[in-house]
Amino acid sequence: MSVVLPLARTCPFAPPAEHLRLQETEPVAWVTLPTGEQVWALSRIDDVRTMLTDPRFSADRTHPGFPHLAPGRRAMAGALKRMMVSMDPPEHGRARGAVMGEFTARRMAALRPRIQQVVDERIDALVAGPRPADLVRALSLPVPSLVICHLLGVPYADHEFFQRSTEALLRQSTPPQERQAALAGLYTYLGELIARKAGEPGDDLLSRQLAEAADPQDVVSLAMLLLIAGHETTANMISLGVMMLLEHPEQLAVIREDPGKTPPAVEELLRYFTIGEYSLSRVAVGDVELGGKLIRAGEGVVVLSNAANRDPAAFTDGDRFDVERGARHHIAFGFGAHQCLGQNLARLELQIVLDTLFRRIPGLRLAAPVDELPFKDDANVYGLYELPVTWPAP
Amino acid sequence: MTRIVADPTRCVGAGQCVLTDPATFDQDSTHGTVILLRDDLPDEALATARQALHLCPGHALSLLR
Repeated sequence: MSVVLPLARTCPFAPPAEHLRLQETEPVAWVTLPTGEQVWALSRIDDVRTMLTDPRFSADRTHPGFPHLAPGRRAMAGALKRMMVSMDPPEHGRARGAVMGEFTARRMAALRPRIQQVVDERIDALVAGPRPADLVRALSLPVPSLVICHLLGVPYADHEFFQRSTEALLRQSTPPQERQAALAGLYTYLGELIARKAGEPGDDLLSRQLAEAADPQDVVSLAMLLLIAGHETTANMISLGVMMLLEHPEQLAVIREDPGKTPPAVEELLRYFTIGEYSLSRVAVGDVELGGKLIRAGEGVVVLSNAANRDPAAFTDGDRFDVERGARHHIAFGFGAHQCLGQNLARLELQIVLDTLFRRIPGLRLAAPVDELPFKDDANVYGLYELPVTWPAP
Repeated sequence: MTRIVADPTRCVGAGQCVLTDPATFDQDSTHGTVILLRDDLPDEALATARQALHLCPGHALSLLR
C-alpha cells in the first residue's frame, strides 16, 4: 500500500510537509489519494514541465484513469466534456485557437482603463461603507466578476444579477440547494444572453464567437469556463495578496514607492500561494518513463504544484516571500498547451487592485489576526472565505 | 547575431514571450499566435530571448546560431 497523500494545507504559507518530503526523496511517487485511487504524484518542476508538454498525457476528465481528488467529482466530469480544459489535440488546439486572439497581451493591456474604473468604483463603495469590512465581498469577488461581465458583454442592467449569482456560487455559507439554483440560473441567463447576441451582436467576445459560426451551446460552455476559470481564482489571489502584503509592510513599501515593482510582486504572490494547486492532473495514454519510473497507459498523475513552485532546483530559498524575486518560471498558471489563457488578464487585475487599494487607503490593516482568518483549506482553489479589514477614520 | 525562429502551429497564445521582450515578440491580433518583430537578435537581447524560450508553454521558440 502506498502512502496516502494529504491534500489539504495545514498552513497558508507552506505546502504540506509530505509534499516536500516526496520532492526530496521520491519526486515521481506512486501514492494513494484520499478517495482510495492510486496515482503518480509529481513534485519537481522539471518533471511537471516535461509531463505537461508530452502528448502521451491526456486532460480528458472523463477518462476512467483521470485522477479525481474528491468523491463525486468523477460524476461531474461529463459537464466539462465540452470545455477545452478537458480536451486533447487536435480538438483542443481548434477550441483554444478560436479564442486565443481575445486574450493577447495587447488586448488585455487595452482593458486597463475599464478595470481601473471597476476597481475605483468598488473602493469608493468600500470607503463609504462601515468599518471593519469584509474585503472578499467588497472587492475580491466583485472586481473579477465585473471584468468578466465586460469581457462577455453582459449588459449593465444585469451586472447585479450576475454578481449576486457568481458570489452565491462561491460563498461557503450558501446552502447546497441555493448554490444549485444559482448555477442553473447562470446557465439559463447565459443561454438567453447568447441567443440575444445571435440576433443583435455587440462588440464582445461572445458575439464574435457567434459570428465565427460557433455552436451556441459551445459558446455557453465557453462563457461558463471563463467564469469558472477567471472568477474565484482572481478573487482568491486578490484576498491573499492583500493579506500577505499587509503582513509584510517592508515588502508593501517596495511597491508603494515604485509601482513599477508591482508586476514582479504579483508574480511572487502567484508563485508563493499557487492556489490552483491540483488543477494540473492528467492521465497517461501511453507508457512513459519519467524520473526513472515507468508510468503506464491508463494511470493517473497529479501535480503537487505548490511544492514544485518552491523546488530548490528552480527557486533559490523558495520558502521566502520576496516581492523582488522576479521569477516568472513558476507553474501557478500551469504549463503546456493548457496554460491559463487568461493569465495576462489576471496579472493586470491584481496589479491594478494592489496599486489602487494601497494608494487610496494607506492606513488599511487587517481587522483580525492572520491565524484566525478562514482559509480555504477544504476547497478546490486555495484562498480566503473572508478578509476583515479596517482603516483609520478620514 | 543569433537567429530566432517561431512556430505558430505550436503557439498556445499565452503571451509569455510578449511580456518577456516586447521588442522581439508580438501576437497576431486575430489568432493570438506569436509574431516575430525581428529575426536576428543582437547579443544584448540573447539572455531575454533565452528566458522567453524557457517560459514558452508550447515550446514554439528556438534559437539558431
